[in-house]
Amino acid sequence: MIPTNTGSKNFVEMHRVSLRYGEDGDGTLALEDTSMRVDRGEFVAVVGPSGCGKSTLMKVVTGLWPATKGGVIVNSKEVDRPLSITGMAFQNPTLLPWRTTIDNVMLPLEIVEPHATLMRRDRATYEAKAMDLLALVGLKGFEQKFPWELSGGMQQRASLCRALIHEPALLMLDEPFGALDMFTREELWLSLQDLWLARRPTVILVTHDLREAVFLADRILVMSARPGKIIAERIIDLPRPRTLEASYDPYAVNLVHDLRQHISAARENV
Amino acid sequence: MTDTAIEKPALAVRTVRRRPLSRNKTFRRFLPWMVVFGIFFLWQVAVSAFRIEEFVLPSPTSIFAAMWEFRGPLLVSAGQTFMTTAIGFSCAIVVGLAAGVAVGSSSMIYAAVYPALIGFNTIPKVAVVPILIIWFGVGSAPAIITSFLLSFFPILVNVATGIATVEPELQDVMRALGANRWQMIKKVGLPRSMPFFFASLKVAITVAFIGSIVAETVGGNKGIGSFMLVASSRFEVPLAFAALLVTSMMGIIMYTITSTAEKRMTGWATRGPNGAISVAAG
Repeated sequence: MIPTNTGSKNFVEMHRVSLRYGEDGDGTLALEDTSMRVDRGEFVAVVGPSGCGKSTLMKVVTGLWPATKGGVIVNSKEVDRPLSITGMAFQNPTLLPWRTTIDNVMLPLEIVEPHATLMRRDRATYEAKAMDLLALVGLKGFEQKFPWELSGGMQQRASLCRALIHEPALLMLDEPFGALDMFTREELWLSLQDLWLARRPTVILVTHDLREAVFLADRILVMSARPGKIIAERIIDLPRPRTLEASYDPYAVNLVHDLRQHISAARENV
Repeated sequence: MTDTAIEKPALAVRTVRRRPLSRNKTFRRFLPWMVVFGIFFLWQVAVSAFRIEEFVLPSPTSIFAAMWEFRGPLLVSAGQTFMTTAIGFSCAIVVGLAAGVAVGSSSMIYAAVYPALIGFNTIPKVAVVPILIIWFGVGSAPAIITSFLLSFFPILVNVATGIATVEPELQDVMRALGANRWQMIKKVGLPRSMPFFFASLKVAITVAFIGSIVAETVGGNKGIGSFMLVASSRFEVPLAFAALLVTSMMGIIMYTITSTAEKRMTGWATRGPNGAISVAAG
């Protein structure tokens, strides 16, 4: 259907994708003729007015929803079923309440191969890995706590660890910090940056927080109002690791301002 | 400084006032017994005060006397009913869980089976007992089947609800990991439906006893149901009441067993400090 150019370094490639919800094709048109590419190891943020199909974009890329028209290629393969190389985190931490924090983080290891088979033989190694990851986001000592014993920010950290434990090549984050207060959010930006710098997965972050996008991403894609398509692209040329101070310097502030104008223009054209 | 100085005694007074009875653990433990004792006491007083005839409403003392006098046959009958109920109830748990998982995890099975299930559940089971007796003869089988038929439905409905209402985002997380249907059920659906499951067991155990006893009453030669039938036909009303009392005791025993299992398995769902302790212990 689409030429698979295996020579390129594109890890994710969406080619003129449209998506209409509903089985008879009379539902809402959520995405229209959207194309984009993400390099291997790149951190891309997708911003746009609310209800513009950002989350739909995520579902199409991960194969959770099949595209109505167009094609998606991830890792040189056409996506026709849910990918098993993804880690996901949402606005809601979606931890399993009957599992302790460490057991929640280790859930993907029980499903994804080869980890599932290996872990049956050598649980201790994997447990140590999960402990290290939890320590990296500041949850040392909370491994045996249940989700309801953690604060919202801590739950979200655990949720991030769960998305990363199986070392996915693609990390999909759907407004993961949306429900948190500003200070917790900023702390988590730093945690996420550390995790990304340590592991270098390809990340697609959907967010409505422009400062967050500028702070975290290598590149920002701006989507139009529904039906969504990508209307602008900005490259963030800030050195890493970035500090919270850097998100207040004139370069970043101008970027945020510029993005804001794009989005308010997109909102008015509804 | 002054603030704390003022507040401290006020707090102390409040804790002292609240402490006593309602928070006292021993008191709470004995509270249900005191209620039971209270009921019997009022009953006894009412029977003697209004001079109620024994064949209308026997007094607790005469009921207990009858219970002691006929303890042998009562025990045999109770054992029979307990056995048929336990077998029917166990089958209901197995079938209810399995069918609940099937109905809850597939919208197609749900759509296909649900109307038939509702229709089936509306049939009064008393009406089925004579048919069961024609099929299986007088004995334990009709009682086992009736208690099963009555009790599997609430289990099925609750387990199906628990599994069908798994958060869509959680399903996405699992699917994005490449989880198959069985893994979804095992890792998420079943644990999530456990609180629903145990809630349904409490209903199911009660109706399981009803099922057994109804079958024994309509056509049986064994068990509490037929025991009561015989006792009341001889106008031995205290003995019939004694049989009722034995039945409620069996109900309480089964209820306690299920709620103990519930506390061990679903402590996470009752998010109090006590819930956490019971999880740690289990």
